Amino acid sequence: MLYQQIARNKRKTWGLLAIFMVILILVGAGLGYLLDNRPTTGIVIAGIGSCIYLFIIYQDSASLVMRMNHAEEIHEQDNPQLWHIVEDMALVAQVPMPRVYIVPDKSPNAFATGRDPEHSAVAVTTGLLALLDREELEGVLGHELSHVRNYDIRVSTIAVALVAVISFISGFASRYVWWFGGGRSRRDSNDKNESPITLIIKIVAILFVFILGPLTATLVQMALSRNREYLADASSVALTRNPHGLISALQKIEGSQPMKQADPSSAGLYFESPFKRGHRTSWFATHPATSDRISRLEKM
Amino acid sequence: MLFAIIGIIVVIIVGYIVIYNGLQRAKINADESWSQIDVQLKRRNDLIPNLVETTKGYAKHEKEALEQVVSLRNQLTQVPAGDHAEKMKVSNALSDSLKSIFALAEAYPDLKANQNFLSLQEELTNTENKIAYSRQLYNSTVAIFNQKIIVFPSNIVAKIHHFTNLNFLEVPTEEKAVPKVKF
Repeated sequence: MLYQQIARNKRKTWGLLAIFMVILILVGAGLGYLLDNRPTTGIVIAGIGSCIYLFIIYQDSASLVMRMNHAEEIHEQDNPQLWHIVEDMALVAQVPMPRVYIVPDKSPNAFATGRDPEHSAVAVTTGLLALLDREELEGVLGHELSHVRNYDIRVSTIAVALVAVISFISGFASRYVWWFGGGRSRRDSNDKNESPITLIIKIVAILFVFILGPLTATLVQMALSRNREYLADASSVALTRNPHGLISALQKIEGSQPMKQADPSSAGLYFESPFKRGHRTSWFATHPATSDRISRLEKM
Repeated sequence: MLFAIIGIIVVIIVGYIVIYNGLQRAKINADESWSQIDVQLKRRNDLIPNLVETTKGYAKHEKEALEQVVSLRNQLTQVPAGDHAEKMKVSNALSDSLKSIFALAEAYPDLKANQNFLSLQEELTNTENKIAYSRQLYNSTVAIFNQKIIVFPSNIVAKIHHFTNLNFLEVPTEEKAVPKVKF
């Protein structure tokens, strides 16, 4: 069961990477065409850029994601209780001890990231530490360590990196191309007879660059399927042998305020959606509704 | 024909070696997870004198409870290394009496405010939890090993090399229950 989860997650990572490369190269082509009239420049820049980007992510994705979420690394003496709980959960999950971070945010939440269990990190918010007792924290961290153990973190971290870079490019393009109209139109302003084919290509390129934001968001939400949250809840109970801890943690978190510090592209990583929470599970939500999670745990 | 026979013999030998190694590995895993429990038991035994020293000055009326902790601690060091069941029995009793000490501490605000006591309490809670979790881990490694001894074909190899079942460690039923203390 665990091996199948790991194998599936590794496959999903390659799928995501392939989609990522294709999208980036297409965006590069579109931007190259719009700005310079030559798609090849864009393709080359996008190709080289994404290789460098992926290399950086591969080297130390955990630190990168932690920085995006304003998390600070801690050691045993800074918060012995948190450190010991993570140690316990790593012990039963049989994964190496991850690095531990704290996000200064009053909203209770937690997440795990990294490329594999050997290079993983978990973070909790100060709000979570203030709100939950030891058993409840065990439930939440058991959930996070289950994500670490079955390589969920690899898929979700890659997805975060993907969304972050594409939303950056889209944001950049929307300002640059829209307001300056691109270098191309200025250069061709005296050449009135623009052929309909180049016009169509131009529209397609613009559509591609601008439709990308929502498109990738949907893709990522599909990859970070909500099933993995139910699965991690169940695995957490298998680790702690104590469903009540996780249930009461979820109950406490359910009524809490959304986060201020969370990075929007990291939303899928969190224990509970860091932004608005619905009472029912909606189609494009990254997380199942808390009440659904609780009722599934109560049935165990 | 000859090749077929040689082929079959080679397959049997290789299979035998693989199964034997699998059994040994499962046994080593179980032994390793037992030693994790042992490490935590030792750690707790090292922490107890500090706890007694810190508590003594504040909770003068709780001499009995403290003495019980010390005697159980010393009893634990006397248990022979191989007797897992006995070791866990004493350890569980010790866990209970430690719990009662922390419950008693509620009645002594000065003690509860003592930084040294608080850090000892966290350390001891930590070791208690680690004992519980490593016991859980030990039991699952034992389950894997015992299964190998029963199922075909590894049961044949197990019989030849005299592998025997390992015993599970019993989990106290009131493990997660909060101790009730009346004043």
